[in-house]
Amino acid sequence: MPPAPDIVTQSAPLMNILLFLPLAVALVILMGRKLLGVNVCVFLAVASSAICLLCAIMNLGVVGSETIRLMPFLMLDGGKLLNIGIDVLHDGQSAGMMFIVTLIGFLVQVFSVKYMEEDDAKPRYFGALSLFLFSMTGIVLADNLVMMFVFWELVGLSSFLLIGHWFQKPSAAEASKKAFLTNRIGDFGFMIGILLLFGVNHGDVTFAGLKESLLMGPLKATSEGQGWLMTAAVLCLFMGAVGKSAQMPLHVWLPDAMEGPTPVSALIHAATMVAAGVYMLVRISFLVAASEMGATWIAGIGGITALMAALMATQQGDIKRILAYSTLSQLGYMVMAVGLVGMSGEAMGGNAGHPAMFHLYTHAFFKAMLFLGAGAVIYSCHHEQDIWKMGGLAKHMPVTTFTFAVGTAALIGVPGLSGFVSKEAILGVAWEECKWLFAAGAFTAMLTAFYMTRLFIVAFLGKARSESSSHAMEVRLPMLVPLLVLAFLSVFSAYHFMEAPLKAMAVHGHGEGHYTVMGISIAALLIGVIAAFVIYRGREKDPLSIKLFANKFYFDEIYAVLIKVFQDGLAWLVTGVEHVVVDGLVARLPAAVVAKVGQKARLLQAGQLQGYTFLLGVGVLLAIYVIVFVLPGVGH
Amino acid sequence: MSSLEIIILIPFLAALAIWMGAPARLTAVVASTVNLLWVLVLAVRFPAFKSATDLAFVNKHMVLDNPSIAFAVGADGVSMIMALLTVLVTFAAVWQIVDKPSMYHIASLLISGGALGAFLCTDLFFIYAFHEVALIPTFLMIGIHGRAEKDQRLAVAWKTTIYLGAGSLVLLAGLVWAVIEFSGGGKLTFDLVALRAQAAMSPLPATAQGPLFFLLLVGFGTLVSLFPFHSWAAPAYATAPTPVAMLHSGVLKKFGLYGLFRIALPLLPAGAQVPWVQQALLIMLLGNILVVGLVTLHQKRLDDMLANSSVMHMGYLFLGLAAGTEIAVKGAILLMFAHGISIALLFAICGRMRNQLGTLAMAKLGGIGSHAPFLTVVFAFGAFASIGLPGLANFAGEVMIFMGAFANGNPSSTFIPAQGLTSLHWTVILALWGVVISAVYMLRGYRAIFQGTPQTGLFMSDPGSGQWLPLVLLAAVLLAVGCFPSLLLDLIQAPLAPIATP
Repeated sequence: MPPAPDIVTQSAPLMNILLFLPLAVALVILMGRKLLGVNVCVFLAVASSAICLLCAIMNLGVVGSETIRLMPFLMLDGGKLLNIGIDVLHDGQSAGMMFIVTLIGFLVQVFSVKYMEEDDAKPRYFGALSLFLFSMTGIVLADNLVMMFVFWELVGLSSFLLIGHWFQKPSAAEASKKAFLTNRIGDFGFMIGILLLFGVNHGDVTFAGLKESLLMGPLKATSEGQGWLMTAAVLCLFMGAVGKSAQMPLHVWLPDAMEGPTPVSALIHAATMVAAGVYMLVRISFLVAASEMGATWIAGIGGITALMAALMATQQGDIKRILAYSTLSQLGYMVMAVGLVGMSGEAMGGNAGHPAMFHLYTHAFFKAMLFLGAGAVIYSCHHEQDIWKMGGLAKHMPVTTFTFAVGTAALIGVPGLSGFVSKEAILGVAWEECKWLFAAGAFTAMLTAFYMTRLFIVAFLGKARSESSSHAMEVRLPMLVPLLVLAFLSVFSAYHFMEAPLKAMAVHGHGEGHYTVMGISIAALLIGVIAAFVIYRGREKDPLSIKLFANKFYFDEIYAVLIKVFQDGLAWLVTGVEHVVVDGLVARLPAAVVAKVGQKARLLQAGQLQGYTFLLGVGVLLAIYVIVFVLPGVGH
Repeated sequence: MSSLEIIILIPFLAALAIWMGAPARLTAVVASTVNLLWVLVLAVRFPAFKSATDLAFVNKHMVLDNPSIAFAVGADGVSMIMALLTVLVTFAAVWQIVDKPSMYHIASLLISGGALGAFLCTDLFFIYAFHEVALIPTFLMIGIHGRAEKDQRLAVAWKTTIYLGAGSLVLLAGLVWAVIEFSGGGKLTFDLVALRAQAAMSPLPATAQGPLFFLLLVGFGTLVSLFPFHSWAAPAYATAPTPVAMLHSGVLKKFGLYGLFRIALPLLPAGAQVPWVQQALLIMLLGNILVVGLVTLHQKRLDDMLANSSVMHMGYLFLGLAAGTEIAVKGAILLMFAHGISIALLFAICGRMRNQLGTLAMAKLGGIGSHAPFLTVVFAFGAFASIGLPGLANFAGEVMIFMGAFANGNPSSTFIPAQGLTSLHWTVILALWGVVISAVYMLRGYRAIFQGTPQTGLFMSDPGSGQWLPLVLLAAVLLAVGCFPSLLLDLIQAPLAPIATP
């Protein structure tokens, strides 16, 4: 049965504001930007995100789990046949995630006011940011898979708009298209997964309904009788996460997405949207736990992505790309954690906390911080992004450097900082479940320490290596405040006073007391940092040159060939076949026969209306004759 | 006189008035505005008016006693939705005609009137006849005012005429067969309501429904460019003058589907489920989605791409027919409406671009977004709607079709986990890949034309002097129906067919 039709639309002012205020602002800016003027548009966007942040804070500390219907979406027969709504699942996980999204969203908008000062398409930029906040909120609050899919695609759209903000630039236009299409491939799987569950569970795709059904319902019967169907559904849903969270082999869009404005990279392509895949996987962690093979695949893909992306990051020169590969790598950690927890057969998430959610939460702050820091650097260096053309920035931009150092320390897992705590939680599960993945995770941790230290040394220490970096100046207060707030959170977000209202984020029970794990990860940290110091201190250019890593394992080149051969080649071939064979057999051959007979038809030139009217008249007469004189004779 | 009769008459009268010398643009715009508002009012009042047979605003003038033929009108939810589609697209198409011979207005109104007649009549004879009436101006406009060299446009016009003529003949044969089969009480009748009642009372055995359903499928299918009977459509749309391309691809083409859903399906509810028909249908619709999808990918000009995409997207509607569950069929009806609006919007913009730029070759264009931001936004609405972005109308229809194919536990199940995936489900999965293909060609086109650096010598401006109105109207409809699909779904509450038992 579909979900009980007695879900009535409730008034939930906080939820309505959270979801629909950003949409309203986006629409107002889209339609009235000429009327309102630039400043009003910017003000509306920033103010609305502040209001959303307040709502999200008021929402914290949820203990229960309830469903609130905001509006119906697809309803047939009063909900008895089909009942898909825009419904809010209000629990610890969604409340905690909302806090992250709105807080970083607000800080990024504040930062953007200064960063985008000279852009003449500011209303479009802030409108798209509001549209993004709307879509992301929808994903976070979604109580069913179809609603999640709806907003899933809408964040894809807002990401498309923001990556392509400077659409006149061919590289930005290409990157935005690539991001949308790669995500579409992931969504292809996501939709199949939804459909399978829709079918198995009799039209109920709410998370609560699926969970219940897995305990005692059609889903239980299917997972016992047709386990392959469950595995297929889980892996198909996972495919959506592979696209959105940029896992191997669909990771190629994320580094290119750095063509967008840097604050966008901080919000969307580091902290929130790309984490949506992980968020979704945690939401369905009970399904992952029900399919061992699915869980193993998820853990494996996550581990490979973490390792591979870290290897690629070691050889990049563009500050944003280094951070982008680092994001890929950290997302790989989170996905691996989902798989590992699934392999242990436990279902976490909801109000229970999950190591993947925990890392998502700490990572969001320090990675947003690092990106905004990179934004500040790029701003001061007149849009120079190559770290080998920076250097010595610590002297010119002390506050930015300090915050960047804090973010780096959190990312590489210096004990005592948030990143350390959450990474330990993941490595702890890996230690218990799969030693291979633990090894991959620990090695990745070493690489992370290595490439981040490399970045910091090359860009901030030493001497200035170009005009632009020698003239860099500390950024102004509106850009520093977000950096400082995020730096504070990077340190303390895993501490008790922060984590207490966000209970659902933290992990309880796992990863504690593994002194071996802690020892190994501190050793990895030290090796990475020291190696980077030895290799990169005082260098003018990169002493290492590993082609395979620098060229990102040639994924883009391989895909380009595949697209050329299989997509464009196939299209060319099919077009030819369609034209010659199908059209030939169905249309041109008969037409040639008819043409021989119908030479007279040539009389009917264009404009000779009589010809056509004559034909029509004959036709009508014929029809009347048949009906009046022929038909009464046949039949009953 | 029923309101419906007046609605059908208005476009014909307006066309007549223009032919006799009335100011063309004014008359056409007024007539289509009146029709638009009137149909809107009727749609709002429809739930209150519909009778037990789900028909509202019924009226009947007997024309012939034996066989019984009547000029009978009546609207159920489906025809109400199709009428809404017709008047919306007509309004947009007529509004955007400027500085053209009055024949443009006359032809548009005739197509509109014919389509309304076909959608609102309940007598097979008139349903068929009105559709034929609407086709004639289509052919003429392609032949006379088509956008190609004379030889080429005449060739296209002839191809379309012959193709659709042949399809119509097959269809006529099928309809006559249906009339003979389902006329109860000793006398032949063309009255659809009576035929449906008879079919519900004494249905044909399931396997016997196959041949007749297939005949109707080929007949109606040719009109909807069902693969492999599709090769008329793309050149016709690419060549047709803008209002004709909008009206035919947006509205008139849907007649074939309308017929399948409102005539073939109720009379032969098990027809599409007969194994051989089902397999044939699945293969043909995959031809639409995958073969024509790849062909669309290969197109180098915007108009060719849009024309082929319109053929491709018909596959999803046939998928709704193949699945046959209530969710799927209602999804298909929603998608018919959505596709009509989105393709009309895209053709309207495409026509404007051809007038201003003189070329639609994607390789030559670029950066139009810098000069014409408004046009870029509305094009994006149409493009993203047609690739199924949630929040715009097409998605709601598509997702319902897909879900309908996986329905389980409803009165009719098409998905039983213990039996695994059937050919229907594999078709759905392949059709989903078509959604990816659509995104590839649409975004390639968008990237090539609107993004990037502006090309010298090719300048495009945003529409002024009220020309933005039809575009905004269509985009707003896409958004409204996409966010609130129940606006339309509530009109079709009754099941469309007696429950099929395959």
